[in-house]
Amino acid sequence: MKKRRVVITGLGIIAPNAHGIENFEQALRNGISGIRYIPHLEELKFGCRVGGIPENLEHISEKYFTADALLAMNESMRYAGIAAVDAWKDAGFEVPEHDDDRVNWDAGAVVGTGIGGADTLGIIIPKVNDGKTRRLGSAIVEQTMSSSVSAKLSGIFALGNQVTTNSSACSTGTEAIILGYERIAAGKAERMLCGGAEGSSVYAWSGFDAMRVLNTDKNDTPEKASRPMSATAGGFIPGAGAGVLLLESLESAEKRGARIYAEILGGAVNSGGQRNGGSMSAPNSTGVQKCIRMALDDAGIQAQNVDAINGHLTATMADPLEVKNWAEAFRCTPENFPYINSTKSLIGHCLGAAGGVECVASALQIYKQFVHGSLNCEDLHEKILPYSRSIVQKTIDKPIKYLAKASFGFGDVNSCIVMKNFEF
Amino acid sequence: MEEKQVKQKVLDILKPYVREPEDLANATDETDILNDLKVNSSRLVDIILAIEDEFDIEVSDDEADDVMTVGDVIKLITGKI
Repeated sequence: MKKRRVVITGLGIIAPNAHGIENFEQALRNGISGIRYIPHLEELKFGCRVGGIPENLEHISEKYFTADALLAMNESMRYAGIAAVDAWKDAGFEVPEHDDDRVNWDAGAVVGTGIGGADTLGIIIPKVNDGKTRRLGSAIVEQTMSSSVSAKLSGIFALGNQVTTNSSACSTGTEAIILGYERIAAGKAERMLCGGAEGSSVYAWSGFDAMRVLNTDKNDTPEKASRPMSATAGGFIPGAGAGVLLLESLESAEKRGARIYAEILGGAVNSGGQRNGGSMSAPNSTGVQKCIRMALDDAGIQAQNVDAINGHLTATMADPLEVKNWAEAFRCTPENFPYINSTKSLIGHCLGAAGGVECVASALQIYKQFVHGSLNCEDLHEKILPYSRSIVQKTIDKPIKYLAKASFGFGDVNSCIVMKNFEF
Repeated sequence: MEEKQVKQKVLDILKPYVREPEDLANATDETDILNDLKVNSSRLVDIILAIEDEFDIEVSDDEADDVMTVGDVIKLITGKI
């Protein structure tokens, strides 16, 4: 069966360095870092004491949701809700009144999270341990079920199609977008809100700090702490927020004259099976390369057509391997390697939200025809050095027809998506 | 504590759970918490917890089940303080 064409008609973002599409574009273009010193991490004796947390969440939340709703919305749910409302409105739709009983059967949501409700678990555990289960209140389940970040959206937009949450560690957000794209392409939905959301809970971040995979060397200079592709990378910086895209069938978008940010040409998800060097926390390179090639095949384009890559690039020792995997999957040399950048250099690693946030950045770059600079890689890792002409350190305005974006996650899971500028 | 004071405290507790503020402003003893104030039924648990904290009382599940109106809440509280 011929698949239907799918386009991006709305974008919503709440990131450590900006809330809202216009602000986010400016932050990307101007290299604005969202990494700040977090006193609470020092109080708790974390090795890493910096992070990327969206600012003014309380104030922003009050503009989006009623007091009643906010009583049962933890941090990740608020991020998901804010980004989804922004994406929905950005696409030209109105948020329905709560007492309007019409259900939108053609619209759904796939919004994922990695460790979504960890902040709420932090409230539950001491109370339960103290024998105070009856005093937990009514709003615990809806904030700790994995699907909390998508379930809330169903009520806000009266969604009647599939509403679900996927979870595949740091591959989550990109995977969510691919799942939504496939659903629309298969004719099972007209519109899907897709992306990822992640809170900033110390209970979620602590495990990474204990693993020694966070950078502890730049606590005094937060904006220099997230260093993808750098010789002095030293680990990732934890981040939080949400990025949500409104995907729509081309037919529906054209019928209503919607603005089109980009077309999603294809995508793929797979796992490396934790073999051949792959493990719970490391990728099987064969799996990564296969995923990238499958995405190109699904998109129906050749690797040499790709103008830019938005990498996973977290600032761990996996960065050189990732660049090598892109080159091998593309069967290209450093001389003909496309532009590549890392949005995490500006905002840290938003875990389950990373793919959502970075796909918003990717769609913006295609629509506005620029490649944002990667911060803190002036001292490129020696194994990345041969690719230096492709690594964008300062934002450039360039025609970008095709962009590939990938995310990889614990569990040896991979996702790759190919977007195309709709005007070319 | 006078019944008037109890009522004001109850209305303050109900405030974040009520969709339309004017419904609360016009509330009488006969106002039904779920139907008239349109409070989400699962939030009654939280309202009872807030009442227990505010008035330093304990409310059993059976007692909570009998609460329908603003007047029921006031009667329940004044019977315990």
